[in-house]
Amino acid sequence: MVYENPDGVRIGLEIHIQLNKLKTKMFCGCSTDYHNSAPNTHTCPICLGLPGTLPVLNKKAVEAAIKVGLALEGKIAEETQFHRKNYFYPDLPKGFQITQYDFPIVSNGKVVIEGEDGEHTVGITRAHMEEDPGKLVHIGSIEKSKGVLIDYNRSGVPLIETVTEPDMRSPKEARRFLDKFRNILEYLDVFDGNLEGAMRVDANVSVHWGTRVEVKNISSHKGVERALLYEIMRQKNVIRRGGKILQETRHYDEGRGVTLSMRTKEEAEDYRYFREPDLMPMRITDWIPAIKETLPELPDAKRARFIEQYGITDMHAKSLTSKIMLADFYEDVCAKGVDPKIAATWTADVFLGELNYRDLEISSYDGKKIGFIHAKDPRIKNSINVSDMVELVNLFAESKISDRAAVEVIRTMLDTAEEKTPSQIIEEKGLFKAEDDLVTKAIAETIAENEAAVKDYLGGTEKSLNFLVGQVMKKTKGTADAKTTRELIIKELKG
Amino acid sequence: MAKWMSVAQVKEKIEESSAEEVTAQYLEAIGKSKINGYVTVSEKALEQAKKIDAEGHDGPLAGVPIAIKDNISVVGLPNSCGSKILESYIPPFNAHVIEKLLAAGAVILGKTNMDEFAMGSSTETSYFGPTANPWDLERVPGGSSGGSAAVVAAGEAPFALGSDTGGSVRCPAAFCGVVGLKPTYGAVSRYGVVAYANSLEQVGPLANNVADIAVLMDVIAGYDRRDSTSIDSKTEYQKALVEDVKGLKIGVPKEFFGEGIHPDVEKAVWNAIHKYEDLGVSWEEVSMPHIKYALASYYIIAMSEASSNLARFDGTRYGYRASGENWHAMVSKTRAEGFGAEVKRRILLGTYALSAGYHDKYYLKALKVRTLVKQDFDRALSKVDVLMAPTMPNPAFKIGEKIEDPLTLYLSDVNTCPINLAGVPSISVPCGFTDGLPIGLQIMGKPFDEPAVLRAAYTFEQNTDYHTKRPPEVA
Ligand SMILES: [Zn+2]
Repeated sequence: MVYENPDGVRIGLEIHIQLNKLKTKMFCGCSTDYHNSAPNTHTCPICLGLPGTLPVLNKKAVEAAIKVGLALEGKIAEETQFHRKNYFYPDLPKGFQITQYDFPIVSNGKVVIEGEDGEHTVGITRAHMEEDPGKLVHIGSIEKSKGVLIDYNRSGVPLIETVTEPDMRSPKEARRFLDKFRNILEYLDVFDGNLEGAMRVDANVSVHWGTRVEVKNISSHKGVERALLYEIMRQKNVIRRGGKILQETRHYDEGRGVTLSMRTKEEAEDYRYFREPDLMPMRITDWIPAIKETLPELPDAKRARFIEQYGITDMHAKSLTSKIMLADFYEDVCAKGVDPKIAATWTADVFLGELNYRDLEISSYDGKKIGFIHAKDPRIKNSINVSDMVELVNLFAESKISDRAAVEVIRTMLDTAEEKTPSQIIEEKGLFKAEDDLVTKAIAETIAENEAAVKDYLGGTEKSLNFLVGQVMKKTKGTADAKTTRELIIKELKG
Repeated sequence: MAKWMSVAQVKEKIEESSAEEVTAQYLEAIGKSKINGYVTVSEKALEQAKKIDAEGHDGPLAGVPIAIKDNISVVGLPNSCGSKILESYIPPFNAHVIEKLLAAGAVILGKTNMDEFAMGSSTETSYFGPTANPWDLERVPGGSSGGSAAVVAAGEAPFALGSDTGGSVRCPAAFCGVVGLKPTYGAVSRYGVVAYANSLEQVGPLANNVADIAVLMDVIAGYDRRDSTSIDSKTEYQKALVEDVKGLKIGVPKEFFGEGIHPDVEKAVWNAIHKYEDLGVSWEEVSMPHIKYALASYYIIAMSEASSNLARFDGTRYGYRASGENWHAMVSKTRAEGFGAEVKRRILLGTYALSAGYHDKYYLKALKVRTLVKQDFDRALSKVDVLMAPTMPNPAFKIGEKIEDPLTLYLSDVNTCPINLAGVPSISVPCGFTDGLPIGLQIMGKPFDEPAVLRAAYTFEQNTDYHTKRPPEVA
């Protein structure tokens, strides 16, 4: 089936991502780990743009950009070249931003996504390096702000701006592209999408193959679908009413879910780009082979391997590889000898499903425990251990607990802060599905092993019944209910 | 104590008396100054000298005082760049060259006057008023490092640091009768030097003789990882002080003797070239056909870079700040009130040259011309070791004479700015006088071939006495 694209929608994206896994900023030695720090504590004369300071290019940032370029199957430039983009804004300490202009480090890449009608290729026009400006903090709301404070902790953090071709045909494809893109970056270990301000998106949208409108300030990959749905609806209605779509830049108001006109093409800014004279071009062609060696297995390759190696479904493989931390977690669970198919169901369907339901996002994995954090409230966070998932899968595989009980165990682990193993939770909540079977088995064994006591009881010695109950309790390690056991033994012996 | 001393003499004097005494005498001379050469005199200079006396120092400049141009960052001293907008700005870090000087034991006397943001050839655009030429107090000392050249000429410092974007060390050296070197681009780190035009400028020394230039270069030159344009040439400057020019090939580019050159300047420079003949070397004429476009190219590139460099002075973080009803109004007012007329002119012209629709016509064309000028130097210097020409086409002019006529003022850079476009080293040494005003001989060399330039200059100096003449008005 071919997707008809009835409204002639074309969407292109411009995505800024922070290379926030790097230790230092783009042109100075300041740490990028500023998210829990007081404002302006991660600054130095260079990232504050004090007169007389000069930029020194962070080679690790260039390596990360090359990695991204290779993962996007793009062409890597032979040498780095930087330009100045000149404009005035309080968050811009030098009055210009150091960025790349006509020689981006990456060009002509692509990303394959799950499109409206199966696999769909989105072209990557270019990806270039630049420095992040600082951040403005309004005192009060933007409209009624009494003043603005500036935090330059973010100033100079390495960014990669990626520009796609207008290849996406629906807001859903745009969101899928962003999910895949983020996933690839996290596989490369250059990006942590959970940090505030890590990804910022602008979109170009047109309908009926017409004039492009730029939508700015889409702050999250989750907001993109909503912003684009609104903008497409707006454009279709303008045309329906006989109006014309203007080439303009619109601002996305996340609170209201609408786009508002910022400026038309006539008012477009002139950034007066010119070569940054303080940075010499750096030849990077020779770096590429070594960087290629360090490229990890990427999502599509991992997905194919999971299907092959673990015998799981494509759906499971796709969702397990949708996040590198989840994929690693799953593989470590499997490494403990559990049934990989059962592990896939409980990891991909239940665990992930319960996370999504709670708006929790996977945020860390250290080889032992996988951590997750609330998308909107970072105070809400928790984790579960590999060993817990292994135990749970085994209990289920051995039919000791029902699916309903297993789901309950996972929910409990997500919702309580205390560290408890699945057995502890099962015990506390009395979730053993297999209790009856166990007790029945123990009773049968006890009767077979204690002929004398059975005889005594049948002969009228009530005390012997207590002894038999005690033996069953011993065999079930106290999980059996004493009163029920007593009744069952009586039933077994006296019919 | 003699008023004018070489570094070697200063060191002897320190041996005899103390660093404190030497510094005190320079401070006394500064106190009696008639030239307005210093914008800021350091309160810490004496303390620094005393510390060296007390603790000893084995650096090559232990206790030797120096003057620093006011666009080179020194912790604790304002770095005003001759501008109202930075009058109150005190840098929290030292420039690379200052770190080197302090490590060598130098004592910083203070910060010298300059054209605002180094934009000028007369030191008249300074917010702190013009500096006078010690040879004639009614005349300019040249610029933009006019304060640095004038204080050396007046005996208010044994030597000084300036910066040279289009002639800003060599022009005042020529006007004030001192020696000034513009090193090869990349030889001296620019870290901590407030940028006017990054791709053109270098820090350069000014002194009473060539040997002191070499002493200073041995201290300040060398690789610095904080400046990506820095290059480790491993040059040993004092080793180049050889009084022998045999085998050296001299080229004379006729394009540097163009229209408007003062006849006495032309004569003095030819006398100098003939002096080399007496010393056993011959010269040949070389052609540099694109030199005539250098001035236009230089100004477009310098102004374009400046328009961007000076954008950071917006009153938001440091320096002068006007009040305004919102941020944009505050920035406009701050810049309108904080910058002088010449700085505003250059920002406007640079902004224009980079604007859409004009970028290719002006900025890109200027870059193409720059390449052609570089090729002229490459070609000429493939045949000869050094090029010789007048530093300035005219001697120092009167204060106020040209300031209302920017184009004429720009023309005075005609012989110095091509060197910055090419990035080659160039020195100006005294080679004569006209009506009591000094004349400078410019000696240019191949990139990183400062040794050939210094050798030629040193030999000339050893065989002439122009560098021993002192301005009578400040004696
Ligand atoms: Zn920094």
